[in-house]
Amino acid sequence: MTSHFTLKNHFHEGRIVNDRLIFSALFAGLLFIALIARLIVLQVVEFEHFDSLSEKNRVDISSIAPQRGLIYDRNGVVLAENIPTFSLELTPENVPDIDDTLQQLAALFAMTEEDMLDIKERIKQQRRFRQVILKERLTEIEVATFSVNRHRFPGVDVVGRLIRHYPQGALFAHTVGYVGRINEQDLQEIDVNNYKGSMQIGKTGIEKQYEKLLHGQVGYQQVETNVQGRIVRQLNSMPSVSGQDLFLHLDINLQRVASEAMGDFNGAVVAMDPKTGGVLAMVSKPDFDPNEFVVGISSKSYAALRDSPDMPLFNRSLRGRYPPGSTLKPFIALAGLEYGVITEQSKTFCPGWYTLPGQDHRYRCWKAHGHGHMDLKAGISQSCDVYFYDLANTLGIDRIHSFLDLFRFGRHTEIDLPGESKGLSPSKEWKRANRNKAWYPGETLISGIGQGFNQMTPIQIAHATAVLAMRGIDISPRVVRASRPTGQSELQLFPAQTYQTLPIESSRNWEMVIDSMVEVVHGARGSARHIGKDLPFKIAGKTGTAQVFGIKQDEKYDAETLARKLHDHALFIAFAPAENPQFVVAVVVEHGGGGSTMAAPIARKIIDQYFGTAVNE
Amino acid sequence: MNNSLYDRRQPQQWSVTRALRLIHLDAMLLLGILILLAAGLVILYSAADQSSALLIRQLIRMGTAFTVLFVLANIHPDRMRDSAYWLYGVGLILLVVVLVFGHEGKGAQRWLDLGFFRFQPSELMKLAVPLLVASYLAERPLPPTSGRLFVSLAMIIVPSILIAKQPDLGTALLIASSGLIVVFLSGISWRIILGFIGLSTAALPVLWYVMHDYQRQRVLTFLNPESDPLGSGYHIIQSKIAIGSGGLFGRGWLDGTQSHLAFLPERTTDFIFAVISEEFGLVGVAILLVLYLLVAGRGIYIASKAQTSFARLLAGSISLTFLVYVFVNVGMVTGLLPVVGVPLPMISYGGTSMVTLLAGFGILMSIHTHRRMMSP
Repeated sequence: MTSHFTLKNHFHEGRIVNDRLIFSALFAGLLFIALIARLIVLQVVEFEHFDSLSEKNRVDISSIAPQRGLIYDRNGVVLAENIPTFSLELTPENVPDIDDTLQQLAALFAMTEEDMLDIKERIKQQRRFRQVILKERLTEIEVATFSVNRHRFPGVDVVGRLIRHYPQGALFAHTVGYVGRINEQDLQEIDVNNYKGSMQIGKTGIEKQYEKLLHGQVGYQQVETNVQGRIVRQLNSMPSVSGQDLFLHLDINLQRVASEAMGDFNGAVVAMDPKTGGVLAMVSKPDFDPNEFVVGISSKSYAALRDSPDMPLFNRSLRGRYPPGSTLKPFIALAGLEYGVITEQSKTFCPGWYTLPGQDHRYRCWKAHGHGHMDLKAGISQSCDVYFYDLANTLGIDRIHSFLDLFRFGRHTEIDLPGESKGLSPSKEWKRANRNKAWYPGETLISGIGQGFNQMTPIQIAHATAVLAMRGIDISPRVVRASRPTGQSELQLFPAQTYQTLPIESSRNWEMVIDSMVEVVHGARGSARHIGKDLPFKIAGKTGTAQVFGIKQDEKYDAETLARKLHDHALFIAFAPAENPQFVVAVVVEHGGGGSTMAAPIARKIIDQYFGTAVNE
Repeated sequence: MNNSLYDRRQPQQWSVTRALRLIHLDAMLLLGILILLAAGLVILYSAADQSSALLIRQLIRMGTAFTVLFVLANIHPDRMRDSAYWLYGVGLILLVVVLVFGHEGKGAQRWLDLGFFRFQPSELMKLAVPLLVASYLAERPLPPTSGRLFVSLAMIIVPSILIAKQPDLGTALLIASSGLIVVFLSGISWRIILGFIGLSTAALPVLWYVMHDYQRQRVLTFLNPESDPLGSGYHIIQSKIAIGSGGLFGRGWLDGTQSHLAFLPERTTDFIFAVISEEFGLVGVAILLVLYLLVAGRGIYIASKAQTSFARLLAGSISLTFLVYVFVNVGMVTGLLPVVGVPLPMISYGGTSMVTLLAGFGILMSIHTHRRMMSP
């Protein structure tokens, strides 16, 4: 095929192609030098930059949430525990189209329009890398449903975690409190680093007060992640430290009896051990199921609780401000003895009313026909108002105020629970400052019987009764008895907090008042004598009936014609045994009518439970 | 050995080189290829997360490719020249068939499913185009006349356009360049070359107009990868991080975090160079590039020693195109060139391109070992 013509130029053609080959080889060499130069730029010049980018790509610090400490009653019964649940969680930054994803999930899990709005709101508030819980306590079927469809939902995961559970339900709702989702406000108060990975925080009660002990210390793991952010390998870790378990003074049996004894009435019961300040029972009625709050209460249920006229969320034992009524009388009497205004023998005549000199307004005794001649013991045991009108008038409001202040009326008892109210023990100074008015002598009279401006919380009343029972030793009330630090079996006891011994001159004064209170329960004419039967020891008590609204002059109080919400509050304070007190109880029954008929029997039931005594029906 | 007679006549010692020569294999080229393939397997093992299944498949492909190499090495270059028109014609028809009936893979129609075997006609064209152009131009004295120049350009452009339509811009460019290299080696005047370069530059806007959206996107991404870090710029950004974090000596074999944590896309195929850079550093990739240059250099040497213009042109085109492959792939992975789907020769995982490459080396060996023995 090749002709001689081509052959003749073979050498020439060879030269042509070889020249071009050499040129091409040199050119290729240049291109490769360019490649090497590029690689030097990337791998040597910019090495640091890319190296740090690479590290960022692969190393992720993830936190390990500590296990929250458990809460036990004094018998070792669990009041707050952690149970495993599965929840559906979404990490906003990993979800390509949040609206679309939510819509599809709503169809899959039957979530309502309301839920969706709530979720969207929470997604907006959270930072993009923080998980948002879409649905908690998934059933096994729901977990399976999601697993099948999981590929459709990048950034959404079923996460198993421990959540708080209150096996006793509503019984300790106010005292133990509950945990809930960490919100913006919480974030400002906590060490955010320690809560990475934690979804919940104590919101009320012990859960809030002892948050630091219960929560524990967050742990970390340094992990290698792949491009989806999924963990491939653990590089380093620091384990979390579980929260401490708490052991309470509260006794579940006593709590249950107290709660049941209240029946349908609203109100509060506080029972204490006066020697330690330990709170043995603390009931506020009505109550609610704290477990609803743990998983995120629906806005509808929350509105129902919040707007109920009975205010179930309101912890009455700490924050309910009630006029103490006649339960204040023993303290006023003690003030009279201490200031030397009265003696055990001094008498006042009760015609059924009292008038101030120069006035004709009648301050009435609850017994319209009068008690006749009253001494200290009769005044207290029969709860004669006139006796105390006269005593208060002689003492004057400022002496009453400063004496009651010793018992922490109008001050915090400093119980280890959040949100305690100070109550109100009035004085001339207080009225000038807050009402901008002068103090009227008549106001002293009604203050002397625990009415008027007086407002006291059940814990204050119980604590003051405990101080009285202990003959002046002021021990702060405590709900938590001990903690168990992580990894230890020994309990660490919290010592009783003794503040002071009241500066009472004569110990005889204590005994006079306490004897009078024994008379209330065991005397022939005592206002609570019906609860004093069949007991191997003596109870010292005092009934109280607090007016909810004023009765006009010359009008009679007729319980039957009044709506229940206008009925008087019924109160009762007691401690036993009178000579060596081991147990203090204060009962407030809202609109219960009389302290004698309503509150005293409740107190007796609680005393029976505590001492193992029983009333023979 | 049965060549002891031969040994006695020639005062040279028996050697592996001479033994291989008898079965038409070139020892130098073979050594280079084997080193590259071995390095490729080591790297692939790491890139594929130590999957031996993938490695075995790659080994089987190498076996197939070596068979093809051996067969071609034993076919005389003249037979190849004779079959150039046939191969080209069949390839062209298959390209049209693929466009009409082709099997879709990754948004492009490249495959022809023959039931037991999936075949990419564009791979055939990688050899058929330079073969035909070399054969056509060598028919008449070099340098070619302008008429023959136009015919050869048409031979190059038609299949390139068909392949670009699939769309497979990378392969189309490689095929076009393999043909153009033949034209360049044939000695056309520099005036024409410069004029052609000027014309192509002027034609860039037209090219933009006919490009597919995804191709335009690639170009835009190339110009500014950070504009879309999670979308189309992602490949390049992650690839640069992998390369840059490799540093001078690399993170060590199997220890490349970018590669193993799945940040690096296409790490067993087009982006395998980034894995090498991350694990073996600048030193490792420099050695690899030198290895490529040596293999191609041997090819260029073979071309320069070839006895016919056809063989010279063909061998030159095969060797230089091999370097173009390497340059385009490395340029793309390091962000110097836009992302076009070009695998790293001999190392990337994938079947057909391996066979085509070794077939090319088979042709080189055939050219070198079928010389008449009058010149040593």
